[in-house]
Amino acid sequence: MPRMTIVEAIRDAHAVAMERDERVVVFGQDVGYFGGVFRCTHGLQQRFGKHRCFDTPINESAIVGAAIGMGAYGLRPCVEIQFADYVYPAYDQIVSEAARLRHRSAGDFTAPITIRMPTGGGIFGGQTHSQSPEAIFTHVAGLQTVIPSNPYDAKGLLIAAIEDDDPVIFLEPKRLYNGPFDGHHERPIVPWSAHPLGEVPDGHYTVPLGTARIHRAGDELTVLTYGTMVHVAEVAAAETGIDAEIIDLRSLVPLDLDTIVESVRKTGRCVVAHEATLTSGFGAELCAVVQEQVLWSLEAPIARVAGWDTPYPHAHEWNYFPGPARLGAAMRATMAAP
Amino acid sequence: MMLVSNDVVGRNGEGAVDRDAAMPEPLRLRIPEPIARPGDKPAFPDLLIDRAGEVRCPPIDVAPEDVVDLGSEMIRVLDIHGEAVGPWAGTLDAEQLRCGLRDMLTVRVFDARMLQAHRQGNTSFYMQSLGEEAVSCAHRRALHPDDMCFPTYRQQGLLITAGYPLVDMINQIYSNSHDPLKGRQLPVMYSSRDNGFFSVSGNLGTQFVQAVGWAMASALSGDTRIASGWIGDGATAEADFHSAMVFASTYHAPVILNIVNNQWAISTFQGFARGDSSTFATRGHGFGIASLRVDGNDYLAVHAVSSWAARRARANHGPTLIEWVTYRVGAHSTSDDPTAYRPKEEPYTWPLGDPIDRLKNHLVRIGEWSEEQHQACIADVESAVRGAAAEAERFGTLRSEHSAPASMFDDVYASMPEHLRRQRQQAGF
Repeated sequence: MPRMTIVEAIRDAHAVAMERDERVVVFGQDVGYFGGVFRCTHGLQQRFGKHRCFDTPINESAIVGAAIGMGAYGLRPCVEIQFADYVYPAYDQIVSEAARLRHRSAGDFTAPITIRMPTGGGIFGGQTHSQSPEAIFTHVAGLQTVIPSNPYDAKGLLIAAIEDDDPVIFLEPKRLYNGPFDGHHERPIVPWSAHPLGEVPDGHYTVPLGTARIHRAGDELTVLTYGTMVHVAEVAAAETGIDAEIIDLRSLVPLDLDTIVESVRKTGRCVVAHEATLTSGFGAELCAVVQEQVLWSLEAPIARVAGWDTPYPHAHEWNYFPGPARLGAAMRATMAAP
Repeated sequence: MMLVSNDVVGRNGEGAVDRDAAMPEPLRLRIPEPIARPGDKPAFPDLLIDRAGEVRCPPIDVAPEDVVDLGSEMIRVLDIHGEAVGPWAGTLDAEQLRCGLRDMLTVRVFDARMLQAHRQGNTSFYMQSLGEEAVSCAHRRALHPDDMCFPTYRQQGLLITAGYPLVDMINQIYSNSHDPLKGRQLPVMYSSRDNGFFSVSGNLGTQFVQAVGWAMASALSGDTRIASGWIGDGATAEADFHSAMVFASTYHAPVILNIVNNQWAISTFQGFARGDSSTFATRGHGFGIASLRVDGNDYLAVHAVSSWAARRARANHGPTLIEWVTYRVGAHSTSDDPTAYRPKEEPYTWPLGDPIDRLKNHLVRIGEWSEEQHQACIADVESAVRGAAAEAERFGTLRSEHSAPASMFDDVYASMPEHLRRQRQQAGF
């Protein structure tokens, strides 16, 4: 089976979707001739032509607004916002328009669009290239929000997103583009070619939206997480010796409640982890659903490990990033409680 | 901040090092004010109006830089005697003009009936288009039936002219059991793909760039349909106005970009959004978009220019920006009282007159209409609107019957996800 990075897997997903359905068009800043600043659309314009993959002016609201108009026409646009940190000018088009178009028109018009954007920190990007804004999308009725942690899921989820009839926010953890980063920034970079999840089948397959993946099976404690933190959790489990069950949610909305409930019922202990800021983060939603569903199975309070409630710093990145030491400490404390 | 005078806000010199005699005056801001407020005598000294027939009609493939003058002049066809004059005249025959008159009368009568329905409590809200009926009615007649409009909330004329059933409009306004939008949208936020009318949003300006996207998709698909986007004078200040212009300009999208300058954005006069730009149409010049300024109360001019722009777009000569100069005679909405911010008499002193009177006078002048025919037409339209309202009332009003509340959980997504299914059960459905 071919081995790919997440960048290559996303590129391949685009190509598969564009090959199968000529309604799929791809555009955004620098995505056409150059192939994207992270190279995720490299080669698409050459292969499919300038009318299927093209560059746009620097205007996020227009990128999403035009995609909505194209979706209403009957195309399936997949657009790139260069960094999640730049999505805010498009927020009105996403929240007030794409998310609600089907409902407000009683199905007369729909927005079958995918909005991709690199998310998360770990690349010394400072506050404008490091944010994790998933919660501002998961809060919005009508949106679906997904975030892969590996090349196999990246390709399968992106094809599923493009083929979906409703808008999908597709977050790409940029620190994972070229290797499974576990938070040990001081260690050599591990490439996807050396990782089993770097194996990506040729051709068409999907990872259905709304399905979580058990990244590591375990009996003592459940870690609910997604994106880069999946790999941080894996190393934290190894370093603490805790037999943790690590659930890679992959899809935040819709959420795979069954997998979460089954795991926490089994382990009785739960830690929630994300890079995004703590307050009103998606972790709060996870804590809420866990206590609603399996409170009487819990043997300890649910712990949250998240980014601090500060802007993402540049020089102090590794004091900010919720790495294996912080996650490991929360896991130990949860094992020790009550 | 301290108030220096009525309309000038200055800033204290706090922190200044040197406050000697050489110190310049404190900085000032201009806060624009309209010519007339309540109690003042209405006047329109800044309104530049050309004589009918005097503005040239260029070929549809003209380069934008060769029509810069048309952004400041005003294209008009009907003169003060009711004659159709000049190079833009002659796009419609008498039967089409009678049809246009009936379209506008239908909108006006419909608006009046719905305002009455609001007073009776049959709806929570209404927005009329009194005085600006020509803009949407004539424009729709210049498009093909399958072209797509991306309207604001004041383009009911597009929908009525397209032949959408009045009863369905009223069902939506009443949020009754036959509301096509199932009670989800504020009254007047219609949607009808089949009638080339995109779902109306309450968020200003968003549809302008969506129209450009739709037009781009049509061109990318090798289609021949064009899009027509709509925005008001006030909403041109929104970022999405400029977003639409830059995309339309970059890709030469087959789109008509309409600015309905009806002088008032609720209480804010049009000069607030326009700044010191000479007209709204001149906003197109920096983008290299052909930009025309038109008498929006002149049915013949609106049709001729719309038709010109549609042919231009369909022939791949790119987008056109059109400023329709008109006047919002009524209140912004049923929640607004314009006597609080403009002179009561202002609507009746508007120099471009009333679009229905002007078209009627023209038809009478050319011997194709009479006062008797006019009164008969009004009676006929009133009867149609009354009939539609009566039919809609059978399906309920805001105060009585609605669509099933469980339906609010439908259409959030193509198929209902588990969490919504659970919430619907919790809600008792």
